[in-house]
Amino acid sequence: MAVETEFLKSIPYFAGLSPAELDSIKRFTFERKVERGEIIVYEGEPAEALFFVVAGAVKVFKTSAEGKEQILSIVRPGESFNDVPVFDDGPIPASAQAMGPVILYELKKSELRALLRTHPQIAINTIKVLAEQVRQLVSLVEDLSFRRVIGRVARILLENTGDGTGPGPRLTQQEMAAMVGSAREVVGRSLKALEEEGVIRLDRHRIVITNKKALEEMVEESL
Amino acid sequence: MALAEMPVIEPEKCNGCGLCVSVCSCKALVLIDNFIQVIETEDCGWCLQCEAVCPTGAIACPFEIVIEES
Repeated sequence: MAVETEFLKSIPYFAGLSPAELDSIKRFTFERKVERGEIIVYEGEPAEALFFVVAGAVKVFKTSAEGKEQILSIVRPGESFNDVPVFDDGPIPASAQAMGPVILYELKKSELRALLRTHPQIAINTIKVLAEQVRQLVSLVEDLSFRRVIGRVARILLENTGDGTGPGPRLTQQEMAAMVGSAREVVGRSLKALEEEGVIRLDRHRIVITNKKALEEMVEESL
Repeated sequence: MALAEMPVIEPEKCNGCGLCVSVCSCKALVLIDNFIQVIETEDCGWCLQCEAVCPTGAIACPFEIVIEES
């Protein structure tokens, strides 16, 4: 299927380009469809192309040696991934996986480099895109480094159970994150860790506290 | 038969982008007249992908917190 000029206009890399310039970029851009769950790029591999999401969503993540996953970002239509390795020639720093059926535009590294030389506006836009990505990562590092979230999440669970007269307030992970001053993904990991400790059980839409005393001790120890 | 708990949609926040439909693996979400609607299904595993991917916060998958009677 043909790459759409209208969509290219909405991509931050190509902001401010004329229709003729966008048409010339189209020649180097190819559409690719991926299935749900497909890994598009693997952490550690050499990078061949920059990808733009046209439809669907892509999860960018790293995996630890123990198999723990840390999501760095969710890439939505109009946004890009695999930016860093196409510019610095290093290995891909994080894997990317389709969260559902996804349509991508792919731009090969060599062609992107040529475009940067012939279209200075793209180079300026690239700086802005990368600066925004750095800002988001700084925010994530701050959350992960400075806050012992697991104890705060344990406290939230204890404070929000039903009091015997009826159920307690229902909380989304986003709300719990806001309450503990962290990111939704960090709360999700904390809940999994608490489940692995055996103090809670995740039962679809219910968080079941299976060991209240141990959970209370975790709250004390996290200070 | 008890109704299955399902994700909650705030229609005024929904922009009809359909990202949630694309990531849902149990067909619990459908786009009708540019708004998301939830179809009750026991196949919904509460994976939270729809909530994570929504750019406007229109979908919520809230948790009930209970203490297990020993």
